[in-house]
Amino acid sequence: MPSYVITEKCDGCKGGEKTACEYICPNDLMVLEPNTMKAYNQEPDQCWECFSCVKICPSQAIEVRGYSDFVPLGSSVYPMLGTEDIMWTCKFRNGTIKRFKFPVRTTPEGSANAYTDLKGKDLESEMLSTEEAEGYQIPKPQATV
Amino acid sequence: MALPNKPQGERKAVRDPEVEEREVDVLIVGGGMAACGAAFEVKKWLGDDQSVLLVDKAAMERSGAVAQGLSAINTYLGDNTPDDYVRMVRNDLMGIVREDLIFDLGTHVDDSVHLFEEWGLPVWKKTEEGKNMDGKKGLKLGTLKSGAQPVRTGKWQIMINGESYKRIVSEAAKMAIGEENMMERVFIVELLLDKNKENQVAGAVGFSVRENKVFIIKAKTMMVACGGAVNIYQPRSVGEGKGRAWYPVWNAGSTYTMCMKVGAELSMMENRFTPARFKDGYGPVGAWFLLFKAKALNGLGEVYITSDAAKNELEKYAPYGTAAITPTCLRNHLMLFEMKEGRGPVQMDTVTALAELGKTMDKKELKHLESEAWEDFLDMTCGQANLWCATNTEPEKKTSEIMPTEPYLLGSHSGCCGLWTSGPDYDWIPDAYKIKADNGKVYNRMTTVNGLFTSGDGVGCSGHKFSSGSHAEGRIAAKQMVRYAKDHADYKPELPMSKEEIVDMVYKPVRVFLDNYEYTTDIDVNPAYIKPSGMALRLMKATNEYGAGHQTYYETTSKMLEIVMDQLRVMREDCEKLAAGDLHELMRAWEIYHRIWTVESHLRHIQFRKETRYPGFYYQADYPKQDDENWFCFTNSKYDPKTGEWDTFKRDYVQIIPD
Ligand SMILES: Cc1cc2nc3c(=O)[nH]c(=O)nc-3n(C[C@H](O)[C@H](O)[C@H](O)COP(=O)(O)OP(=O)(O)OC[C@H]3O[C@@H](n4cnc5c(N)ncnc54)[C@H](O)[C@@H]3O)c2cc1C
Ligand code: SF4
Ligand code: SF4
Repeated sequence: MPSYVITEKCDGCKGGEKTACEYICPNDLMVLEPNTMKAYNQEPDQCWECFSCVKICPSQAIEVRGYSDFVPLGSSVYPMLGTEDIMWTCKFRNGTIKRFKFPVRTTPEGSANAYTDLKGKDLESEMLSTEEAEGYQIPKPQATV
Repeated sequence: MALPNKPQGERKAVRDPEVEEREVDVLIVGGGMAACGAAFEVKKWLGDDQSVLLVDKAAMERSGAVAQGLSAINTYLGDNTPDDYVRMVRNDLMGIVREDLIFDLGTHVDDSVHLFEEWGLPVWKKTEEGKNMDGKKGLKLGTLKSGAQPVRTGKWQIMINGESYKRIVSEAAKMAIGEENMMERVFIVELLLDKNKENQVAGAVGFSVRENKVFIIKAKTMMVACGGAVNIYQPRSVGEGKGRAWYPVWNAGSTYTMCMKVGAELSMMENRFTPARFKDGYGPVGAWFLLFKAKALNGLGEVYITSDAAKNELEKYAPYGTAAITPTCLRNHLMLFEMKEGRGPVQMDTVTALAELGKTMDKKELKHLESEAWEDFLDMTCGQANLWCATNTEPEKKTSEIMPTEPYLLGSHSGCCGLWTSGPDYDWIPDAYKIKADNGKVYNRMTTVNGLFTSGDGVGCSGHKFSSGSHAEGRIAAKQMVRYAKDHADYKPELPMSKEEIVDMVYKPVRVFLDNYEYTTDIDVNPAYIKPSGMALRLMKATNEYGAGHQTYYETTSKMLEIVMDQLRVMREDCEKLAAGDLHELMRAWEIYHRIWTVESHLRHIQFRKETRYPGFYYQADYPKQDDENWFCFTNSKYDPKTGEWDTFKRDYVQIIPD
């Protein structure tokens, strides 16, 4: 189900230094064509349909069409990723439309506590840093053979 | 592969790249769940005078297997004991596992899950009345850590709203390690041993897929956690659909190949994962079986797993087959058995399952149930949702076919191939499981090469870690690497190759291309070279036909193995003539190289183990049964980087946790 870029909608991320889709694709598929300044998927048969590029494109220029091997034409699945939720619109070949909304995150972006001030004490123990800080006791097997 | 393997690829490769040299104490190769765990943990232990660097071939925000999200955390112990966790993994993997590694993981994994929830990952909760609340509404009930009840689909799995799972976990990882200590879009191709110190890792080399630059990174110690291997076997779809593998197409076996090539011992490489999934879209089936209690039907509409024929089959593989939970490979075996007996295709009966659940639900609850079913796909296999849309499949009205996929190699899901490593240095662990480093110490998750660690899909003999366990394991390894670097403060890595030799090696496919491409009028067809896309097809054809791919119902024979081993040897020779016109293709060239070595070790192990340990995943037709008398042991292998020879041998299995 390779991603494709809608010519009219892609603005090459406004000629920025790196485009969002190139930045994100885990398989290095999205590239910018320097003359038209539009992106394309350079290897559609290596696309995992992970939708990472679709979700990140600021112009909503990327969509996905089912793999020609086995997916009939006429359907679409499209996400709108917000800071708290994702909205999916699933359009059937027969026109049925289903919408779903799921939470994606319960805290503001950028607020994950990385415990940057936490320093471990005993390098010789098997305790992880947060476990050590909380006085965790590593269990032993109840019985051994 | 419709690769634009042309010099007009957008990022042209040049003959002489820039070179950047780095030296750090601790190097983390990979940016997936395990590497994110390591990145989170490492600085908590690192001394002020020590340095760290992480390199990922992609962008950590969406790299690795969790790129599109997950709908469950498959390992959360909660009220269960690590002892029971060991028993579950042992049975699923047909008895031969490293119980020290599994127990150890079971004691740390929940800490990572608690962090995920604290960082903002929505975890479903169960109300006192037994209703499911999604991760946002469920917050009212408190966190897992504070005692709130998760929604369990089985004994070990918990449901999440996991679309942004990787984004959340990588956010914390990046903040913890510091963006100045990481590089994205750097693909590591080889590790190097130290010039002077025997069996000591000294560095890693790779290149940027964004600019013409080779990286030479020296390190006292490093962790390689580049995931497992996919596209080593022909996928079921061969056109555009090649990208729709169950396992993410970007993990190329780099972990196994790079570590094996410096002499690290591999274990249980014969084990593979051939999951049964929704046909073509490869959508997950776990929630359907466990949460929605759906049943699989054969072509006659029968629930075949409870039939007498199925029971008979399972008894052949006692005690695993007759255990309360049927091992994953045997569930596949039963499915294949039905198909071969002419009772296919197998269907997931979504219709009956939803109707049953619906009986006790009001309209609103039904709507919620429908959305749970769709979320399972949309959170981790969006393409399956589209396949349902394109085929007008509403699961409450129409059943869907399920089918085993092509084989993958991995060590963290329901598979256990990987590297032989130490576990923790506890007194209840047998000495045979402890690898002593040059100073006589044991470093948890260190391979048999001094200073070389791995985690996640890289660690062998201990599957069922999944996303959470891989994260926890990366954390374990990170602490041990710091300890190793501290214990080896005086060690100064020296590389066995000169800068020029390294560049020659990394950029060889570019040079082969530039030297020859003008000879013919077609950039892809040239007698002097082979493009990675062609080599990929050659590899997949060979393994599919002879190496127990889906083409032969996962069956191979001793003779077929001889043939494919010979083909692989020739492929390795031809890799000298891989050609890359642009940086993307250079990555593909190295990926295919990694895949060939990885799958060769897989088949070498199958060849060595003269029995069929994992029916349903593969069959050795000359040795169709399990042979506990001779093969109830680990099978390990080691490539000698000096002589280029492989050694394959047995290691004793020691049971630690009673039945
Ligand atoms: C389809 C699917 C569904 C799953 N579902 C679940 C689930 O529901 N619940 C659950 O808990 N677990 C699930 N898992 C398991 C979980 O995703 C893995 O256990 C986990 O991601 C393994 O972590 P890892 O770090 O070993 O590998 P990964 O997370 O895959 O990371 C590999 C990393 O290595 C990088 N890399 C690869 N090669 C190189 C190289 N040569 N140089 C530099 N970097 C490189 C990649 O970019 C990536 O960052 C699922 C896995 C799959 C494939
Ligand atoms: S992210 Fe969207 S707008 Fe930006 S280059 Fe890619 S397709 Fe074009
Ligand atoms: S869907 Fe995923 S794999 Fe395909 S181009 Fe987009 S980001 Fe890459």
